[in-house]
Amino acid sequence: MRHEQIETNSGLMLLLILVVISIGGLVEIVPLFYINETVEDVKGAVRPYTPLELRGRDIYIREGCYLCHSQQIRPFRDEWLRYGHYSLAAESQYDHPFQWGSKRTGPDLARVGGKYSNQWQVQHLNAPRSVVPQSIMPNYPWLLQTDLDYSDIVGRMRALRWTGVPYSVTQAEYDRNVKTFGKATADLLDINQAQDTLLKQARDREFDGNPARITEMDALVAYLQVLGTMVDFTQYDEGYFARFR
Amino acid sequence: MAQSSALPAEQYNYSIVRRFTIMAMIWAVLGMSVGVYIASELAWPFLNFDIPQLTFGRLRPTHTTMVIFGFGGSALFATSYYIVQRTSQARLAFPWLAEFTFWGWTGGVALGVLTYVLGITQGREYAEFEWPLDIAITLVWVSYFVVYVETLRRRTQPHIYVANWFYLAFILAVALLHIFNNLAVPVSLTKSYSLFAGVQDAMTQWWYGHNAVGFFLTAAFLGMMYYFVPKQAGRPVYSYRLSIIHFWALIFLYMWAGGHHLHWTSLPDWVSTLAATFSVILLMPSWGGMINGIMTLSGAWDKLRSDPVMLFLITSLSFYGMSTFEGPLMSLKSVNALSHYTDWTVGHVHSGALGWVALVSFGSFYHLIPRLWDSKMYSQTLIYVHFWLATIGIVLYITSMWVAGIGQGLMLRSFDDYGNLAYTFIETVEFMHTPYVWRALGGAFFVAGVLVMVYNMAMTIARRQPAAETQLSAKPAQA
Repeated sequence: MRHEQIETNSGLMLLLILVVISIGGLVEIVPLFYINETVEDVKGAVRPYTPLELRGRDIYIREGCYLCHSQQIRPFRDEWLRYGHYSLAAESQYDHPFQWGSKRTGPDLARVGGKYSNQWQVQHLNAPRSVVPQSIMPNYPWLLQTDLDYSDIVGRMRALRWTGVPYSVTQAEYDRNVKTFGKATADLLDINQAQDTLLKQARDREFDGNPARITEMDALVAYLQVLGTMVDFTQYDEGYFARFR
Repeated sequence: MAQSSALPAEQYNYSIVRRFTIMAMIWAVLGMSVGVYIASELAWPFLNFDIPQLTFGRLRPTHTTMVIFGFGGSALFATSYYIVQRTSQARLAFPWLAEFTFWGWTGGVALGVLTYVLGITQGREYAEFEWPLDIAITLVWVSYFVVYVETLRRRTQPHIYVANWFYLAFILAVALLHIFNNLAVPVSLTKSYSLFAGVQDAMTQWWYGHNAVGFFLTAAFLGMMYYFVPKQAGRPVYSYRLSIIHFWALIFLYMWAGGHHLHWTSLPDWVSTLAATFSVILLMPSWGGMINGIMTLSGAWDKLRSDPVMLFLITSLSFYGMSTFEGPLMSLKSVNALSHYTDWTVGHVHSGALGWVALVSFGSFYHLIPRLWDSKMYSQTLIYVHFWLATIGIVLYITSMWVAGIGQGLMLRSFDDYGNLAYTFIETVEFMHTPYVWRALGGAFFVAGVLVMVYNMAMTIARRQPAAETQLSAKPAQA
């Protein structure tokens, strides 16, 4: 076919462009949904976020934290020493959307959970330079001052359930979760108890240090404290995860 | 360039082109000023002022959206509507639909940045619009497609001019990318969760993200280049054959390259290796376009001495060549291991966005403005002033980001004599302060240049001949 035919026929040109631009995505994206090794088998270690953590994650996204912090540790020695084991695909399998980030103006947060106390996190979010003088992070004083809006937690969890996150509504789904994650976790993932679960977690753990009031700080710290803590790497042989790469 | 410039201006719908041109400049001033502001926040964090709406995390998408979609998008609407009419020798089809694209696009971007400031975002880089806006934008985009293709179909020339190929690919690819990357399940009007999760979501997003660069910021601006460079140079495109080859190669290869944003992550190695391979090959069609543009000037190099507009266009192509060399370099896994997550990436993006996208747009506008308003540019000297302010700004910007990025990358991976990490993370933050100050200064230079252009443009419009006035006001009646 001479190019003349294409450039004198807008319909043909459109069609050919469409074909040419579709190939790359089809080859590189579609298989990721079908190749099992894409996401490592961690035997149910990674669970969806609890209602409180989920609200914290929403706040993380709202404030644009992902624009300065990555959540993706690469398999390099310096990152291993600084942050811990490299990130697994399994660890973000329930992340809608993913928050791997693209820039480290601040450090990676993929395994920040448990690294600092709740008290440190609260103080740091409230006034970062009071704990790290050279920090350039904004202060987030409104997190402590704003009551957490959890009125639509059921709607949020239902939307995620629709995408495939194993939150339970029916008894069958609940039983499935008991089997996969154990009863204690299955309760946390039950949409029917979502509000109570959220309130209980916020009061019991006192993330922001004030059990009387549930603030956005409670939720955000709950989220930060669970990041990267779900997989117990001592349970796996060295080299197990390399098989999936 | 078969058509003669003797055709009466009334034959074409210039009113929509004029409005998009003005909006592009308004978005440039707003978006780039916000850019300077957030750059300053990184240098002097007190500028966040403890006000949620002013924090870096909320203003950064505001900056990128106003510049990419506001400024870049409006510049593309303006030039594509101009070029498709001129090269087809046909008036823009469906004027009311074109009108809708103007209000829809402008309103969409405005509403979008407002929602970001309020914390309403999908949390996907360069695709932060929540779902109602995504749907609205899709409608605008479909209208754009209809207007554009129908105008092409009404062409009185048998051939579709090369600039239009690029615009067509851009319109189609952006539609495809936008729709698939924004698949989401709504919770409310202001909140949704993306349909995909984790690794699949990441790959979809960077397939989108990289091709937002490849099609929105590259292919479409090449279309702009293919019209305005030959026009301004008064010479035909250097090689017709090269334009065919590099067009098809470019649009094919770009779509494979997105995975290089995810090197060394949980994305399977086979994808990122494939993406790196295609990124390296991509150098060839990229440079094909650059060579075709620059060589169009061959035999008329003296214009670089006498014509500041040519200076803008040729410099933009040089930056295009430079950043499309840097891109494949950074897509190599070994280089990426250092550069990724650092300001080197930010510098790379800006050598493309400021050096290529903005300069080629400004050059095209300087060509366009006298024709749209039927007048001469108010001041040639001010075009030179703009050029030098912009160039100095870009150089300051990208060199400071090389220092910040490569510096941080090297510090983070260095070990002391005992095998321990040589630096803490916060030491790299301290180190980056000085380059951050220089970067903000570079940005300020660039914005100053834009303000000079706005002044020059405003004076051109204000001082045009009365004869042109009557001619202009006669146009809507004909529409």
